[in-house]
Amino acid sequence: MDEVVRFENVGLRYGLGPEVLQDVTFSLTPGSFHFLMGASGAGKSSLMKLMYLALRPTRGIVSLFGREVAMVPRDGLPALRRQIGVVFQEFRLLTHQTAFDNVALPLRIAGRRESEVRKHVEELLAWVGLQDHMEAKPETLSGGQQQRVAIARAVITRPKLLLADEPTGNVDDRIAARLLHLFEELNKLGTTIVIATHSKVLAGETGHPILRLEDGHLEVVEQDAVLTRGVPRGTSQGASIAPPLSPGVEE
Amino acid sequence: MFTRRSDVPFDKDDTSRYLPWLIAFMVFLAALALASVFVLGHVAANWDRGLSDTLTVQLPSGEDTKTDERRAAAAMDLLKKTSGIERADLLDRKQVAELLEPWLGPATGNSDLPLPQVINVEIDGSLELDVAGLETELRAVVPGATIDDHRIWMDGFIRSLHAVEALGILVFIFVAIATVGTIVFATRTGLGLHRETIEVLHLIGARDSYIAGQFATRSMFLGLRGSLIGILAAVPVLLGIGLLVNSLDSGFLPKMELTAAGWTAIALLLPTTAIVAWITARITVVRTLNRRL
Repeated sequence: MDEVVRFENVGLRYGLGPEVLQDVTFSLTPGSFHFLMGASGAGKSSLMKLMYLALRPTRGIVSLFGREVAMVPRDGLPALRRQIGVVFQEFRLLTHQTAFDNVALPLRIAGRRESEVRKHVEELLAWVGLQDHMEAKPETLSGGQQQRVAIARAVITRPKLLLADEPTGNVDDRIAARLLHLFEELNKLGTTIVIATHSKVLAGETGHPILRLEDGHLEVVEQDAVLTRGVPRGTSQGASIAPPLSPGVEE
Repeated sequence: MFTRRSDVPFDKDDTSRYLPWLIAFMVFLAALALASVFVLGHVAANWDRGLSDTLTVQLPSGEDTKTDERRAAAAMDLLKKTSGIERADLLDRKQVAELLEPWLGPATGNSDLPLPQVINVEIDGSLELDVAGLETELRAVVPGATIDDHRIWMDGFIRSLHAVEALGILVFIFVAIATVGTIVFATRTGLGLHRETIEVLHLIGARDSYIAGQFATRSMFLGLRGSLIGILAAVPVLLGIGLLVNSLDSGFLPKMELTAAGWTAIALLLPTTAIVAWITARITVVRTLNRRL
């Protein structure tokens, strides 16, 4: 089966600045679950942006769902993006729309029937505990409630790949556990999940492998290794890291 | 006025406030230009029809009434025999005096002033009439007789009218181009203002056409609102100008009126502006977004 995400020797720099990502090479198999960790400025958000197609790499190859992104024509990008659910760190909700409309957005963009949209959105908002805030505008919601709206919007289409940037940063432990459970359920249904977080506690609760970024370099480490520290880079379930490929040499 | 769920927060956008007024001003100008084109076209056609098929024959005043009558009879005889002339009417002294009244005053008819005799001639437009030849023949029977062929000065006058009409069309085209330019500018401004929202929509999987559709629909409603204001402002102005011009009662100018076709053209500005606004916004958005990731 094609990997969901594949990066080969990917480098990224903003303008003429230094490379924030250097020779990043890894792949994610379908149904895998990873945490993306690293210090502030390590390049987590940049790596996420490359995965949800908000940026193009300066060098290297990024493939999603078996397709090399650079070779996908512009009008083919929406089809790729519809398979990806994104929880942005700053939520990026549409502030003039209600919680209901924000969550319904991906379904409406995909052209789903309004009756279907209503059913799914109401169900999901109830699940994340926002059944009483469906008509509320984001500015009237707390940070945690906004975050849950953002998560609901990301998962409403049951995407093949879910990318979440600090998805539990603004919620209490009970809600965090509930959201993590939601991600786990989605993962069991086959969604590949990458969660960027600073929380070692969150990462430690599940035992999933970790993509660790340090100074623009990526390594995949076993969960136990993070908690016990010092385990060398290697492979883990669902993710693999390979040496950079030379041009014309197949892996 | 029109509410519709939109993913882009246009309500917070200043262009939503000023664009209808700019469009209203453009439509107002376009309506005036269109009205001038239709009125002048109508006037030119009527004058052309009314005067191009007529001639005026002038016979100099003789020494006495009998000479005048003899000359008039000879001229009428010749005119009636000439092929291409449908009708010839000799005007009486009172009618001639009325024609001269603007220059010589109201007492002209009662004075002893020698007045020329005037024959109003209607010609058959479908037949060629040699006006110069006819004048020579007339002079043979009535020395000093002249023919005033309206077509010569009318041609120049009608050409001038058509030139003003063309100017009206040119103004209309310029206004249309300015309207399109305004919509393009407003749409681009909107794209800049809502860059964040558009990026989110793209990342969620929206196609350019989805986003363009939202901008186009909003632009169409703003265009509709603006053109409605523009037309509502233009109608009383046009009616006022019409009343003013027709109240001059110059006698020389024909009746200035906007025909049903003219009013229809002005009414059609409403849907036309909306359609142009929709198409312009859509093309602008698709082209601009095409340059982004």
